[in-house]
Amino acid sequence: MEDVKINSIINDINEKMKNVEGLNELYALKVEYTGKKGIITELQSGIKEATDKKAYGMSLNKIKTEFNSKYQEKEMEINDRILKEKLESERIDITLPSKRIRRGTKHPMTMTIEKIEDLFVSMGYDVVDGPELESDEYCFERLNLPKNHPARDMQDSFYITNEKLLRTQTSAVQARYMESKKEPEPIRIIVPGKTYRRDDDASHAPQFGQIEGLVVDKKENNVSLADLKGTLEIFARTMLGDDLDIRFRPSYFPFTEPSYEVDVTCFKCHGKGCNLCKETGWIEVFAAGMVHPNVLRDNGYDPEVWGGFAFGPGWDRITMFKYGIPDIRLLYQNDIRFLKQFDRKDD
Amino acid sequence: MILSRKFIKDYIDIDDKLSISDIAEDMTRVGNEYDYAGPLINCTNLVVGKIIKCVDHPDSDHLHLCNVDVGNEVLQIVCGAPNAREGIYVIVALVGAKLPNGEIKKGKIRGVESSGMMCSKAELGLDNKFLTDADREGIYEFSNKPKLGMNAIEALGLDDEIIDFELTSNRGDELSVLGLAYELGAIYDKKVKDIDLKYTEDKESINGKFNVEVKTDNCSLFLAKKVVDVTIKESPEFIKNRLIASNIRPINNVVDISNYVMLETGQPLHYYDADRLGDTIVVRMAKENELLTTLDGEKRILTTNDIVIANKNDAVGLAGVMGGLDTEVEDTTKNIIIESAIFDAASVRKTSKKILRSEASNRFEKGLDPNRTYMAMERSCALLEKYAGAKILKDTIIYDKSNKEDKAIEITEDNINNVLGTDISKKEIINIFERLGFSTEDKKDKIKVIVPQRRLDINIKEDLIEEVGRIYGINNIESKLPKLDMRRGTFDKTTRNIKNKMVDLGLNEVLTQIFINPSEGKKYTTDNFEVVKLLDPLSIEKAALRYTLVPSLMKVYDYNKAHGVKDLSIFEIGKGFYLKDSKYGENSKLCALLTGDYFYQVGNNIKIDFYIVKGIVEELLDYLGYSNRYNLVVPNNIAEEFHSGVYANICLQGKEIGFIGKLNPSIVKEDVYLFEINLDKLLKNRTSKIKFKEISKYPTITKDLAFIMKKDVMNSDIEKIIKKAGGRLLDDIQIFDIYTGEKISRDEKSIAYSLTFKDENRTLNEEEVMEVFNNIIDKVEKTGAKLRNE
Repeated sequence: MEDVKINSIINDINEKMKNVEGLNELYALKVEYTGKKGIITELQSGIKEATDKKAYGMSLNKIKTEFNSKYQEKEMEINDRILKEKLESERIDITLPSKRIRRGTKHPMTMTIEKIEDLFVSMGYDVVDGPELESDEYCFERLNLPKNHPARDMQDSFYITNEKLLRTQTSAVQARYMESKKEPEPIRIIVPGKTYRRDDDASHAPQFGQIEGLVVDKKENNVSLADLKGTLEIFARTMLGDDLDIRFRPSYFPFTEPSYEVDVTCFKCHGKGCNLCKETGWIEVFAAGMVHPNVLRDNGYDPEVWGGFAFGPGWDRITMFKYGIPDIRLLYQNDIRFLKQFDRKDD
Repeated sequence: MILSRKFIKDYIDIDDKLSISDIAEDMTRVGNEYDYAGPLINCTNLVVGKIIKCVDHPDSDHLHLCNVDVGNEVLQIVCGAPNAREGIYVIVALVGAKLPNGEIKKGKIRGVESSGMMCSKAELGLDNKFLTDADREGIYEFSNKPKLGMNAIEALGLDDEIIDFELTSNRGDELSVLGLAYELGAIYDKKVKDIDLKYTEDKESINGKFNVEVKTDNCSLFLAKKVVDVTIKESPEFIKNRLIASNIRPINNVVDISNYVMLETGQPLHYYDADRLGDTIVVRMAKENELLTTLDGEKRILTTNDIVIANKNDAVGLAGVMGGLDTEVEDTTKNIIIESAIFDAASVRKTSKKILRSEASNRFEKGLDPNRTYMAMERSCALLEKYAGAKILKDTIIYDKSNKEDKAIEITEDNINNVLGTDISKKEIINIFERLGFSTEDKKDKIKVIVPQRRLDINIKEDLIEEVGRIYGINNIESKLPKLDMRRGTFDKTTRNIKNKMVDLGLNEVLTQIFINPSEGKKYTTDNFEVVKLLDPLSIEKAALRYTLVPSLMKVYDYNKAHGVKDLSIFEIGKGFYLKDSKYGENSKLCALLTGDYFYQVGNNIKIDFYIVKGIVEELLDYLGYSNRYNLVVPNNIAEEFHSGVYANICLQGKEIGFIGKLNPSIVKEDVYLFEINLDKLLKNRTSKIKFKEISKYPTITKDLAFIMKKDVMNSDIEKIIKKAGGRLLDDIQIFDIYTGEKISRDEKSIAYSLTFKDENRTLNEEEVMEVFNNIIDKVEKTGAKLRNE
């Protein structure tokens, strides 16, 4: 083959390749050159007549190589372009709404108690509960509150019969738990639960929650008021804020002696005085005290050998303070707009 | 109990520099909470003035135009009071004065300038019970002539400060000025002053002229004394003002003295008109249905639980609670029998709870010190002699079974320091007891403490520990943490797990009250039980306890519906209560209510139907580990509140544990679905732990087929047949299509199943699978269902 012919064929290939736009055109070109009657195919059969077969073969190869490389180059170029066009055409508006799996929500009272349970379990307490329909014996008598004791006025009760009532305090579980031990053994429990009293106003609901805490141990282990103070400090700081302090005010509950009401630094004003704490800088959160010897004795624990402390914050109050809920009634109204506010983790 | 600063001054010296709120805070620190501490009359800038000129307002038919001399100037004041006139001495609120109803500002009233206001007693914020009709209708007129311009509250004698204590129920001793004085004495280390009990006795004796007979154990001490020739009149100002400060209405000198002595000593007294009473007092229990008209004019029907004071024939007083009308001291009364006694606390409590709470009953209920019973009698005589001109007959009739002994308690330093977690020295401890007015004996290894009877609340060591802690200052105790053995804290996480699952499934947890209207008690259930009812409910709406949680969730539904909410998916875990076979019981229940759109779905929301709710139940039960152990069963009896065609019991191993159902359209128009599971019944069934299972190495073969069957044929029945016919090679059945429509007849449905075959130990071949597959078709077709060929 003459050089001129070769060059002209290669020039033709280059010229045609340049003009190719799409894949279909490219495939057609492939047929034009390498198809059954293609230019290159025909040249290939021309080898039989060639005088210098070797030279002819080399020339043919040059053409083939040129075609194949140009072909691949072009194919890649077109594919790249098509991909780019596809990506561009599929560009989305990322600001359109998502398709999400929506979780429900836990009630804020549940969120509070789960945090409290985790705290106390981590300190070796057990979480226990008892019946809400309780006998007078466990709710009062076993807690040093005999019938007609004036302190029963503090807890106006819902009776079902003369002996059965809705428990007024989770302390009722104290007696049940102590009694459940065959032999006296150390106790560390918290009892979260629903309680009921005949009250119904802005700050009292007839149904409310309490969290009783009880620690009983051998007297030689010196479970003292100072330990109670430390325990309540951890409680208050975990639930309401790390920088808070507590103060004790002597009070009276028949099941503890001494008894205290415990205030926490007002977490709204940090003690400066505001409308929430009525300008005192303190908020009452706990009732607490050292377990009364009569309670120990009546439930099988010798008060000469055993001693301990008990505490009980209002579950509703803690929840209200934690989330800044102003009215106890909101907790029981179950307005879905209220419930849906408690939609995320809280630690 | 209200402490009046003027009153308590008679019994203890408190530093004048201490403000009333300082005192209140100091008392709070030792355990005496208060509601209010401040001036008795909460007003400023009130002075005494005299109207020197009073003419009618030119533009009004009832207003007066007054010139009022307030000492250093004469003010022009417009006044509407009908009694405004020249010459009277009045209370003037100057411009800038603060009254309970606002601040006084300079202003024009119908065109005339007015600089201040003349006040009635009502405007000073005095309680209605202290006001006469004149006080309510017109401005106050001083009966004397105080210095013009002086502080008007001082001129009224009401320049007192008060603390309204909210005492704990064990501190009955503090329901007296003396008791409060002892408490303050302990705080400020001051001695309590003696009370004046001196009077002259007449030669004539009560003995032989009057009898007291106590016929019940519920009276441990009864003293009676007679005074004669009393003059009933108004009390002296200081008595009246101290009663007002203590929130007791002054009546006349005799009645006021009995109240005054009660406030001082804590011992309630009763004065009888001796001439109407007769010569005998009998203390006894009332007869059943005995009648007594009490001081307030009410006719009371008594029972044998009430202690009464009677004369020869009739009850004349309800002991410890209220006197009778017939023997009441009146303006004409001359001679008086004084009763000072102690009645059983529990009995008085029962009676007063039923009939009436009074200042007296409140004190009897908390217990009294017998020494004070004697003291109150003496004090009463001393004051009646001084302020009512009474002659006191010699001798007292005494019935006394009381215990007046002081109490001795032994305690060690260790007892105290171990409980408080402190290191208080013996010297300090003894000092604290002495400040409290307890005497002590240092017995080397222990301290013997003698506690006076007035402290009825102190009986055991622990009570003394509390006293030491109080006075030492509880906030001086440093906090620490218990040094106890490490241990694993445990709790049952099931409830939390259930809540987590429900929340994951998109439901919102609610918290409802257990109270319901008794008429709701039997709704939404066909179970056999009696509704639990309260003896003394707050209202009929809250008179019973729920059995199922459905009524509670329905209230949440109603509330939110009323607020325009259409989509609601809520749940609660709470108690349901019942009475069965005369036993009360309660169960923990999980209840959920779903209506409107379900939000869980990715993308478009979907309208809630039975199958979504069923899916939630299945997802929960599987999560809890009960997969393959439960099924739904249509019961024979369905509560009428539910849709009879869209309801099923949830059964676990054949036992009913709950239900799923749609509310009957006659109850609500919307589609409302509910399910409830009795968690006590469910959780009785144990579940296994997760254990790894070998993953099959051999491929599975899947074959699809559809059957056309009558609409009332249950899918579960067909599946049962497929399972049985499929034998051990059939690994799974899934439904991928349910069709009803034109291509099949009206009473038919088509269900398409995808069946997966598998052998754990080898690769299956097509022929053996086809054999099983054909067997399945055969067996299913025997029920009347047809294989769908398309």
